[in-house]
Amino acid sequence: MSLHILAVDDSRTMRDMIRLALAPEGFTVTTADDGMHGIEVLDGITPDAIITDINMPRLDGFGFIDAVRKQAKHRAIPILVLTTEAAPELKARARLAGATGWIVKPFDPAKLIKALHMVAG
Amino acid sequence: MSTTPDPMAEIKASFFLECEELIEALQDGLETMQDGTSDDEIINIVFRAVHSIKGGAGAFGLEDLVRFAHRFESVLDGLRSGALLADDGALKVFFKASDHLSDLVAAAADARTLPDAQSNDLMAALDGLAVNAVSKTVAAPEIAFKPKAIDIPRDLETDSPFELPQQSEPRSPDLTDGTNRYQITFTPSFELFESGNEPALLLACLQELGDTHIQCDVSQVPDLENLSPEMPHLSWRITLDTQAAEAEIASLFEFVEGLCTLAISQTDPQAIPPKAAGETPLIAPGVDTRPKQSKPVVRVDLERIEQLVNLVGELVINQAMLSQSLEKAKVSPHSDTKSSLDEFQRLTRDIQESVMMIRAQPVKSLFQRMSRIVREASASIGKDARLVMSGDATEVDKTVIERLVEPLTHLVRNAVDHGLEDPSTRTAAGKSAQGQVQLSAAHRSGRVIIEVSDDGAGIDRDKVLRIAREKGLVAPDIQLSDTDIDNLLFLPGFSTVSEVSDLSGRGVGMDVVRTDINALGGQVTIQSDPASGTRFTISLPLTLAVLDGMVIEVATQTLVLPLTLVIETLTLGPADVQMMRPGHPVVQVRGQFVPIIDLGRVLGYRSALRNFDGAVALLISNENGKTAALIVDDILDQRQVVIKGLNDSLYRAPGIAAATILGDGQIALILDPSDIISHVQTPMPSDRTPKLEEAQA
Repeated sequence: MSLHILAVDDSRTMRDMIRLALAPEGFTVTTADDGMHGIEVLDGITPDAIITDINMPRLDGFGFIDAVRKQAKHRAIPILVLTTEAAPELKARARLAGATGWIVKPFDPAKLIKALHMVAG
Repeated sequence: MSTTPDPMAEIKASFFLECEELIEALQDGLETMQDGTSDDEIINIVFRAVHSIKGGAGAFGLEDLVRFAHRFESVLDGLRSGALLADDGALKVFFKASDHLSDLVAAAADARTLPDAQSNDLMAALDGLAVNAVSKTVAAPEIAFKPKAIDIPRDLETDSPFELPQQSEPRSPDLTDGTNRYQITFTPSFELFESGNEPALLLACLQELGDTHIQCDVSQVPDLENLSPEMPHLSWRITLDTQAAEAEIASLFEFVEGLCTLAISQTDPQAIPPKAAGETPLIAPGVDTRPKQSKPVVRVDLERIEQLVNLVGELVINQAMLSQSLEKAKVSPHSDTKSSLDEFQRLTRDIQESVMMIRAQPVKSLFQRMSRIVREASASIGKDARLVMSGDATEVDKTVIERLVEPLTHLVRNAVDHGLEDPSTRTAAGKSAQGQVQLSAAHRSGRVIIEVSDDGAGIDRDKVLRIAREKGLVAPDIQLSDTDIDNLLFLPGFSTVSEVSDLSGRGVGMDVVRTDINALGGQVTIQSDPASGTRFTISLPLTLAVLDGMVIEVATQTLVLPLTLVIETLTLGPADVQMMRPGHPVVQVRGQFVPIIDLGRVLGYRSALRNFDGAVALLISNENGKTAALIVDDILDQRQVVIKGLNDSLYRAPGIAAATILGDGQIALILDPSDIISHVQTPMPSDRTPKLEEAQA
């Protein structure tokens, strides 16, 4: 099943890694460099799920999720947060911001794929 | 990771590039903090830089890097939360840590490892900061950062098409192969939808764990008029026969934990108490309100640019050839062809300039390396020094930047080592104990000016002169001006032995600095004053690829002279030339005697001119302000020429810098007038014949 994923991360390395992990599985990956860019990109596409980093310039992950959820057409879109720590408070905060789930960096591609299927079908 | 090695290697390479940028941002941020103009966003940038390095390093299993970055990040987090103050002490540690981080990145890029001791020392220093911080924060976690991915069963099919669970009676489980039966009740609360989760997908995942019997409880669904589509009204009862452990089942619900009422129990009763529905503390999302405009950039392989630069160089030559052949063909200057050609010429020049701009880079990265040099140099000799930078956005050709590292490092080290006094002397002189080294860059009339200055006590000229005399570099009786004495520092063999320290006494003299800068087509000069310190000024061409040249003729040879060095042109009259002593003619220009250099003789094209009457002289000045009048036969043209380097296998003739191809296809040598002047008139002891003349004799 081919899903369209928007990956938002300020690290080029991370964006490349996500693309590398997902492309062979038939996912279509669109990337954005930070939260602000992510919102601009979302203007033109309707992805099946979003992966976002938390620490980003201009607009961080929390702000990004918040902004996405405020848009009527994206309020129920699955959003996975990429986080380096598995700390419970980070998860709680991601959850409060409106994230659907989280992936701990560095991620195992197989797990990322499974998590995406779990939230996006 | 289940990926092919090739793209991974590529991503890894790009990760190291990214690291360089991140470290640049990190050091930038730290410097802003040092200036006291920091704000929350700067701290965030610093934090993010370290954080991103850690994240990427984790992905590539660079454990040393991850370990150190994690510790660094933890302390920076304390800074973010306000538990730690960025005072001078803390900043010193941060600078060191950022230097070390950069070392670790470099080591990782070369697949080397650094001795742990250094990391450990710095981590201890970082931890020291964290401990000193007010204990109101949660202490930085002691455990090393350990990547832990979410626990989703590995052996699932990747593709899990969602099908509606079949309504069927639970079969009797075959309990012989370790299969257990679980009863799961699952009631989503409305927050589950708000978070973008989907119960149906969770149920589908559950189905993949084993045989399921799913019952949907629709009893809570209200009448249509009361139905709110936003609210969940369903709950499910699932009977699952699976070999999977209970934890594995629970992990499927990780994302919805707290967003639903969930109970999982093994039917031989060993129940997990159902989790309570979520607590709701309010945290405002951290929206960054300071938009930072970053221009979109494209990364291009340098080789492609080099190729483009070369091609454009050829284009310039070709265009010049075309215009010469049109001239030969006597095309009217008012013809369409000629005006098109003029247009073509203008375009060529524009293209050339644009292409050169592609290679230009801000000197910032170079300056940041120097800031590290200052830190390390001052620490190793017990001086307190800081580097103040200005104009770091000035753009210079990338190749020039690379070749400036060595000479600039040397100058900066020297400034700290020899330029600045030790703290006690400074305090006694009424200065602040902390010395200042200033590094600035600017574009000035088509050249790049880079200055390294210190606020020390200036050059000790008596000492320099004494040493130069001891070494026989200067005749004992000769009178030298202050500038002459300062310039003695650039003489090969001048090394103030009594001052050799770990730092500057590496056998690399200032003469090497001058050679390096000259090789870039640049000049370096000294200004020194006991009151304000010493200033080295480096003046460089914007690019190494083209040169505004004056095309001259000497003894039927066509030569090119860099236009920037030519001050004025003179036609000598009979009264202008005088003999200082036999064989040393001078010309008087506005009350100043300027030595005459007979280019034809110096370059070995012909014997010395007897009479300079009516000769054309070009007044040129080298980097030390020394002037000379070069005698040439004719000035042919003034044009931009493409510099073609001379192959190393060719003999390096003194005074010759490079070559170029002229419009008629002729090859012309490009002169290095500074080299000619310094060869002809080094401040040698007594009347020794200068080297170049010796070679010609």
